[in-house]
Amino acid sequence: MRLKNCFHHHLFWPCITLVLLCLTNFFFNHGFFDIEVRNGALYGSVIDVLNRAAPLMLVSLGMTLVIATRGIDVSVGATVAIAGAVVAVMIGGTLVIKDGVQSYVANFPMPLAIIAALGVALLCGLWNGALVAGAGMQPIIATLILMVAGRGVAQLITEGQIVTIYYEPFFFIGNGFLFGLPFALYIVLAVLLILLYLTQRTSLGLFIQAVGLNPTAARFSGISARALVLWVYGFCGVTAGVAGLVITSNVKSADGNNAGLAMELDAILAVALGGTSLDGGRFSLIGSLIGALIIQTLTYAIYSLGVPPEINLVVKALVVFTVCLIQSERLRSMLFTPAIHLEEKS
Amino acid sequence: MLKSRRNLLAAIVIGLVAGTVALPSFAADKKLTFGFAQVGAESEWRTANTASIKSAAKEAGIDLKFSDAQQKQENQIKAIRSFIAQKVDVIGFAPVVTTGWDTVLKEAKAAKIPVVLTDRSIETKDDSLYVTTIGSDFTEEGRKAGHWLLDNYKGQGDVNIVELQGTVGSAPAIERQKGFLEVIKADPRFKVIRSQTGDFTRAKGKEVMEAFLKAEPNINVLFSHNDDMAIGAIQAIEAAGKKPGKDIIIVSVDGVKGAFEAMMAGKMNVTVECNPLLGAQLMDIVKQVKAGKPLPKRINTKEGIFPMESAAKEFPSRKY
Repeated sequence: MRLKNCFHHHLFWPCITLVLLCLTNFFFNHGFFDIEVRNGALYGSVIDVLNRAAPLMLVSLGMTLVIATRGIDVSVGATVAIAGAVVAVMIGGTLVIKDGVQSYVANFPMPLAIIAALGVALLCGLWNGALVAGAGMQPIIATLILMVAGRGVAQLITEGQIVTIYYEPFFFIGNGFLFGLPFALYIVLAVLLILLYLTQRTSLGLFIQAVGLNPTAARFSGISARALVLWVYGFCGVTAGVAGLVITSNVKSADGNNAGLAMELDAILAVALGGTSLDGGRFSLIGSLIGALIIQTLTYAIYSLGVPPEINLVVKALVVFTVCLIQSERLRSMLFTPAIHLEEKS
Repeated sequence: MLKSRRNLLAAIVIGLVAGTVALPSFAADKKLTFGFAQVGAESEWRTANTASIKSAAKEAGIDLKFSDAQQKQENQIKAIRSFIAQKVDVIGFAPVVTTGWDTVLKEAKAAKIPVVLTDRSIETKDDSLYVTTIGSDFTEEGRKAGHWLLDNYKGQGDVNIVELQGTVGSAPAIERQKGFLEVIKADPRFKVIRSQTGDFTRAKGKEVMEAFLKAEPNINVLFSHNDDMAIGAIQAIEAAGKKPGKDIIIVSVDGVKGAFEAMMAGKMNVTVECNPLLGAQLMDIVKQVKAGKPLPKRINTKEGIFPMESAAKEFPSRKY
């Protein structure tokens, strides 16, 4: 009975997928689970996967809520680029060589730059929210506008160049370690805890589900659906902004053209792999995190297996295809209980 | 009624076009005019390229008519047609794609305007449609990187090389790899043990290098198809507790500012220049074309190779 419960738990299949992928990595690359201490921090493939997945996990958390309201946000990649561009240009710092001594100067104080970047990201999110909730546009169309325009905005901010940051303290966000673990993971944890509290200890989670399941009914039961949707998009923008900070800090530069490119698709995929229906309603924040980890573990597998670069995407697509099939309840029931299925038909 | 209004509109349009076409050609009486249709402003490299062409034209006293095609062939064709209408002396363009140029180039030929291609080539059966192509030779860049490695690698025993490729299928990625492999083949000690794409970006370069470092305990050399990926990889190597430039020799291509900074810090060993600053050379060619001098079909830009030692000296004069 217990086992059966476990089998039906909504996180069962995402977890199985993740374990299988980790085992594949381990099988072909025996050092996959090795962790050692180097430079006072944990060092190993698993840590890499966690660290690399952090931005995607952040974006997926925001995306989960948007999708739960029956929306979608394809502009997160552009928001990542914009936030990265803002913070890079504001902190910047130019390499000044005076009498052979290299020194770096920050343009604005770092906290101000970070607040500004997150503020801009929030504005991006609210813009999407206003188009969806205020103007009543289809979410995919509304956010498509920012997806296309946002990258242009990011390039405008960086003037089409890759802006390198030369200010040491800023590197901590994406490269630093706290108690042996990457600092970015603590950011993910913080965002997750806040969201879990808000959605499980307050009625916010219920409201979001209600709006996703039936907006009209939700409105009649007294939920101000418009304001809720507006702020959910706003929040999604902020998570993308935080992800932008992490990515920018990690590579110590902002690339308006490439930062967060196609990230919206990975985020949507992570949410879907985590078991949240794109039709809205029920959602799983933990599931989305596992989804993001699945994607990153897969990417890592492709690198460490030595897959020829020409077929990277094909391999990725095949795995995703298989995972989606495994997670399809109808297919599973067809495979495992063929007799009943036939009976139903006849 | 409708028809007459349309005619009127057409007349106005023709008038406007004729006006814009006629004015500059009066203004620029004896100066050499050069119409240039740029690809767009898609990368740092391209921005530097555009700036170089504009400033070189000014210096050479050539009247430059510049058009930005925003990565679209149709815009470039339009621009070339307008250059023909303006009767410029020489037309130049950096073809967005390799095919589909015959018609418009025949128009240029009929108008007796010579055409110069920059940085990318085209596919055509009729070689007489353009005078010459000036640009970087990516294969040669790969070869230069390979030669530097063979000449300068001091360690003993097998040399394990990992390669960070550019965007899959792009000409620089294919040709740099080809040139590099061609050269290192000469010494059986040199082996490429891993090769993966880093999409020419820092973030991907870093991510892929992290995975390489864990999968292969013994990496001696990194060959990166551009500097940005190498800069990302350097960060990954440092995080792994190794010394980039010493434990792992780093050979890269492009010669952007960031690479010079890395070399000054002793973290990168060499970068092969891929020069976007072909403006001055292009203007020379424009003048020669106008004077009717014969030119080879392919002219390579002057490109250097910058080892670590020269970085501090070169850095102040780098423009991109």
